[in-house]
Amino acid sequence: MDDLIKEFLIESHENLDRLERDLVELEKDPHDKETLSSIFRTIHTLKGSAGFLGYGQLEAVSHVGENLLSRMRDGLLVINPDIAGALLATVDVVRRMLGEIESTGAPEERDYSALIQLLDRLKDGPIAATETHVEVSAPAIIAAPVVIVAAPTPVAPIVGAAPVAVAAPVTVAAPVTVAAPVTVAAPVAVAAPIAVAAPVAIASEHVEQRSSAASDSSIRVDVSLLDKLMNLVGELVLARNQVLQFTSQHTDSAFAATAQRLNLITTELQGSAMKTRMQPIGNIWSKLPRVVRDLSASCGKEIRLEMEGKDTELDKTIIEAIKDPLTHIVRNSVDHGIETPDVRMERGKAAEGCLKMRAFHEGGQVNIEIIDDGGGIDLDRVKQKAIQRGIISAEQAARMSDHEGLHLIFMPGFSTAEKITNVSGRGVGMDVVKTNIEKIGGTVDLQSQLGKGTTLKIKIPLTLAIIPALIVTSGGERFAIPQISLLELLRLEAANVSQQIEYVHGAPVYRLRGKLLPLVYLNRELKLNHAGAVPQEEREVNIVVVQADGHPFGLVVDDINDTQEIVVKPLGKQLKGVGCFAGATIMGDGRVALILDVLGLAQQSRVVAEIHDRNSHLDSAAESRKPQDDKQTLLLFSAGQGTRMAIPLSMVARLEEFPRSSVEYSGGRPVVRYRGQILPLIKVAQYLPQVGAQVGEDEDAAMQVVVYSENGKSVGLVVGRIDDIVSEVITEKRHAYGNGILGSIVVQDQVTDLLDVHSVIRASDPSFNPGRGTPSAAA
Amino acid sequence: MTPTKQFATFTLNSLFLGVDVLKVQEVIRYQTMTRVPTAPAMVEGLINLRGQIITAIDLRLRLDLPARPEDQLPMNVVVRTDDGALSLLVDEIGDVVEIADESFERIPETVTGVVRDLVTGVYKLDGRLLLILDTEKAANLPMASALALVSAKN
Repeated sequence: MDDLIKEFLIESHENLDRLERDLVELEKDPHDKETLSSIFRTIHTLKGSAGFLGYGQLEAVSHVGENLLSRMRDGLLVINPDIAGALLATVDVVRRMLGEIESTGAPEERDYSALIQLLDRLKDGPIAATETHVEVSAPAIIAAPVVIVAAPTPVAPIVGAAPVAVAAPVTVAAPVTVAAPVTVAAPVAVAAPIAVAAPVAIASEHVEQRSSAASDSSIRVDVSLLDKLMNLVGELVLARNQVLQFTSQHTDSAFAATAQRLNLITTELQGSAMKTRMQPIGNIWSKLPRVVRDLSASCGKEIRLEMEGKDTELDKTIIEAIKDPLTHIVRNSVDHGIETPDVRMERGKAAEGCLKMRAFHEGGQVNIEIIDDGGGIDLDRVKQKAIQRGIISAEQAARMSDHEGLHLIFMPGFSTAEKITNVSGRGVGMDVVKTNIEKIGGTVDLQSQLGKGTTLKIKIPLTLAIIPALIVTSGGERFAIPQISLLELLRLEAANVSQQIEYVHGAPVYRLRGKLLPLVYLNRELKLNHAGAVPQEEREVNIVVVQADGHPFGLVVDDINDTQEIVVKPLGKQLKGVGCFAGATIMGDGRVALILDVLGLAQQSRVVAEIHDRNSHLDSAAESRKPQDDKQTLLLFSAGQGTRMAIPLSMVARLEEFPRSSVEYSGGRPVVRYRGQILPLIKVAQYLPQVGAQVGEDEDAAMQVVVYSENGKSVGLVVGRIDDIVSEVITEKRHAYGNGILGSIVVQDQVTDLLDVHSVIRASDPSFNPGRGTPSAAA
Repeated sequence: MTPTKQFATFTLNSLFLGVDVLKVQEVIRYQTMTRVPTAPAMVEGLINLRGQIITAIDLRLRLDLPARPEDQLPMNVVVRTDDGALSLLVDEIGDVVEIADESFERIPETVTGVVRDLVTGVYKLDGRLLLILDTEKAANLPMASALALVSAKN
C-alpha cells in the first residue's frame, strides 16, 4: 500500500476515535465551543485528505457532515439526539469506508444517499417535514449523484466536478435537475427517525471487526517519552559498563555469564531504543521535488532531481536540524548552480540540469551529498567578492588555497549572486547552513569544478545521545573527546621530544608528514596543575590529532586511555559560559567526566597564543600581529657595534641567514637568489651615518637578513645581529630626525632606535615604491 | 491556627540559612567531584547523582563569605530549580523547622553585599535569626564577578 494512504488511514482512524469522543462530549455540553471546533476541524481534515486522495464518496459524506457542523458552529443549530446520531452514523460510515480502503484499496460502491440527505436536512433545522423545507432541501439531491461517482451513466462526467460545487448548492441546482430529475421526490419521503436508525444499523455490525490493522501496528508516541526512554537506556549502558568492569575482578563463572548476558541485552536494547528515534531521510527529502520544480520553473531552468538512499536513517533530532540547511542548499544549487538551458547548450551540456542527492552510512556517520552538474564555483569571483565585502584582504586572498577559497562562501555576509532574488543572494544562508550542521557535530565540505558542477558533502553523526569517544587523562582528570573530531593519535618518545616539537614564534608545532601541526597543551589551556605530574620536558608526549572547523591541530594530553560509548549529558546553565566543554558523561566507575568541545578549545587556544619562548627558532614567518593596546612586538637587532635597533615585527616577512659567498651583484647592487627570486640586499649600516663608520665586516660570519615584503616586492635588510623579539608596552619615546631613524624608545631598560625601513629602502633604491605611507610603528 | 511554612535549615560560616522545604530534593554527604577547569571558582564541580549530572556550587563563595577550612567537608543540599537540580555546598545541615508566617520580616536595609540580593527575608526565631535563601537567584551565577574569582582560585 502507498505510504501516503497508509498514513492517511492511521491518521483518520485516530481522528475518528477522537471525533466519537468529542461528539459524546458535545452532547453532554452542547455549548462547548472548543469541542465543536475540534469536531469541525477533524471532519474538515478528513474531507480534505479524502478529496486529495480521490476518495469521492468519502469526501462527499464528510462534506455534508461538515456543512451541518458549520451551521452548528455558527450557532444556527444546537446539537440534539438526531444530529448526534446522524453524525455518529457518519463516523461509522467513514470508518467502514476506511476499512474497505485498507482491505481492498478502494471503498466499495455503496449508496449513502440516505445518510447524506439526512445530514443535509438536519442542517436546515430541527423541523424536518414542512413544505418550505422540501424546496430548500432540493440541493441535497446533488449529493445523490455525487456518491455514485463511478456509475457508468452520462451523469458521471458532470458529477466528477460536483464535490466542489456542492459547497454552493444553489448554483449547481440547474445541471442536477437536468441530469437526475427522477430523484427529486426521494429525499422528502425519508422520515427522519428511520433514517437515523438505518446507517447505525449498517455500521454497527462492522464496527467490531474494523479495528484497523494499519493503526494497530503502529502508535504515535510523544518524542519526550522517547527521549526519556533513551536516557534510561543511557543509564543502563553506564550501569552495564560498571558491571563489566567488575566482572574482570571476579572469577565466578556464573556471574561472568550473567554479566555477559546483561551486556548482550543492553546492547540490543540500546540499538532498539535508538531505532525508535530513527527516521528515514526520505521524510525530509519528500518535499524537495516540489521545491525544485517550483524554483526551476520560476528561474526558467530545467532540472531533474535524483535521489539515492532515501531509506538512510537518522535520529529524529538530527533530521529536524538538517531539514532547513538541506532545503537551503538545494535552493542554492537550483538558483546559482545549475545554468539556464541555453547556457547549458552553449557549454555543450544537456539542456536539462541534474541535481543529485545521495545519502549513505559510512563509519558510524551519515553522509549526505548534494551534487549538481551546473556552472561550478568561480574561485576568482568568490575571492573578489570576499575582498569587496571586506571579509579578507587581497594578500590573504592571494595566499589562499583553492580549498580555503571555496570555503569563503561559508563566511557570514557572503553572497556571489549578482542580483538578489527572492530565492537567494541576501548573504545569509551558507554560513547559517554551516553553523547549523556544526551545531549537531557535523561537517560540511565543498568541491567544485568550474563549468562542471559542485558537490557539497555533509557528514553528520547518527545520533546525539550516545556517541563513541576517546577517553584521555590530563592533569589528573579524565576527558572525553568525541570520535567525530578525532583524526589520529601520535606518541613522541621522551628522547625525541625536544627535537620533534619546534616553535614558531613561541607556538609549539609538530611536523606531521611534512605539514606543520599546531600543538595545544590541554593542561595549559585548562589551567590544570597536577602536583604529581612529570615535567613536560622529561616524558613522552601523547598527541591527539583532532580537527576543528577543517583545521587539524594536536592536542597534547598526559595519557590516552581507550575509546568508549558515552552518554552525552548537558551541563547546567551555571557552566554555559565555559567554552571548552560540550557536556559531561558518567564513566564506568560512576564518576563524572567532561566532554571536550574541540571547536571551543581551538578558538580559545588561538586567543591565548603567547610568546612562550623569546629566543625561539626565528626561521619561519612571523605572522603579522595586531598590536594590542599599546603593546608592540618588536624585532631587536644591532645594525653595527653597540647600536640597538628595532623594527615592528609586523613589518618582517622572514628572517634569513645567507653565507657571504652567496652574494652576487646586479647593476652594481648586492643581491642574493632567494626562493626563485632575486632579492636585493640593503646594508642597513650604510644608510645610518651615525653607525656606518664603525661597521667592520666579518667575512666568515653569515649575513643576518631581515626580509621585508610589500606588494609582492621584497628586499633584504642586512643587519649585524638579530637579538630578540619582545612584546612591550612602549612608554618612553623621543621623536626623530631622519637619517633612517624614526625615533628612539626604551625597550628592556635600554635606549633603542626605531629603524625607518621605508626611508632606508628609498635611499638605497628609489625605484622601490611600496606605495604606502610611513609605518605608524611605535611613533 | 496561623499559617506556617517549613524550611530546611543549614549553617554557612556564621549564617543560619533556610530553604523552602519543597524546593529541596535531597541532602547528601560530600562526594568526590569532577572539577570543571576554567569554570567560575564557586563552581566546585560535578557530581553523579544516580545518573544525573549535577553542578555543585560552593555557597560560601557564592555569598562572598570566606572559604571553608580545608579539613571541613561540606554537605550537598540538592535543590530543584527551574533549570534542573543544583547542589549547594553548605557547612552543616540543621533541622526542618516549621515557622509561623507572622515572624517573617523583610531583610533590613542595612544588610549589604551579595547576601542582600540572595536572601528574601528573615524569620525571627528564639535566640537566632533564620535567613531565607532564594535558590533561583543563587543558581544564577554573576558572570563578571565569577570571572574575577577564577583567577583568585587558580
